[in-house]
Amino acid sequence: MTAKIAYADVEPGTELPAQTFPVTRATLVQYAGASGDFNPIHWNEKFAREVGLPDVIAHGMFTMAEAIRVVTDWTGDPAAVVEYGVRFTKPVVVPNDDAGATIEVSAKVAAKLDDEARTVRVDLTAMSAGQKVLGMSRAVVRLA
Amino acid sequence: MALDQSFVGRSYPPTAPYEVGREKIREFAEAIGDANPAYTDPDAAKALGHPDVIAPPTFVFAITFKAAGQVVRDPQLGLDYSRVVHGDQKFGYSRPVRAGDRLTVTSTIESVKSLAGNDILDIRGEVHDETGEHVVTAYTKLVARAAEES
Repeated sequence: MTAKIAYADVEPGTELPAQTFPVTRATLVQYAGASGDFNPIHWNEKFAREVGLPDVIAHGMFTMAEAIRVVTDWTGDPAAVVEYGVRFTKPVVVPNDDAGATIEVSAKVAAKLDDEARTVRVDLTAMSAGQKVLGMSRAVVRLA
Repeated sequence: MALDQSFVGRSYPPTAPYEVGREKIREFAEAIGDANPAYTDPDAAKALGHPDVIAPPTFVFAITFKAAGQVVRDPQLGLDYSRVVHGDQKFGYSRPVRAGDRLTVTSTIESVKSLAGNDILDIRGEVHDETGEHVVTAYTKLVARAAEES
């Protein structure tokens, strides 16, 4: 495990570089194939509306996968993530156009947990179309 | 109808091993648009101290969710799967999943609750490799929304 961020160099409040991730219908089809989650609410507009959704929505697990990239890009080694959890609060609605939707992720170090294990808690915020799409989104990360 | 509380603590037999392949990890990394070389380049992964390419943190869900299916679809439990939504997801990692792993999942029902007509099911999936080493635990909260009044 070789994180490129040193535990000594971060303090509570340290902000990680924020990122914006695009998501289109094509992204969702590709993710469905890679993850094996073929629920039609993620690619079939007619089906999504029939079950009461405004439109096709992204897989919650897709949003969860994008959000943690802010952490794994920061640490360099994805193995630095020792715990990661989210609550799926609002769906990411993905319109059938070229633009699709975007997921904006910001994160900051909330607390230093253990000086010996060099672990910190990172709190993540994921927004789409002005709404918070993940709640209680937190990772425990082991730094160098 | 509220789910049977006696299911709390019930464990299901371990799944047949899932063999993690480099190309499957690459496919997943491409699907999430993540170019981290640790996912596709064995040398880059080795430079970080891993024996082979590793998988993105959420990759393992495909395996644990399939395993949770044996709980969700247990006819004795009687969950209305058509009304199930994913509420929360959490992972606790001992190490990253990597190419060449043969992973089995043991699912346990952690809790069963009924809240405002919704059935809430917490499932813990313990993932081990073929040597018995713990890799990751997946905590999955599923919510079966209350049926609408007809």
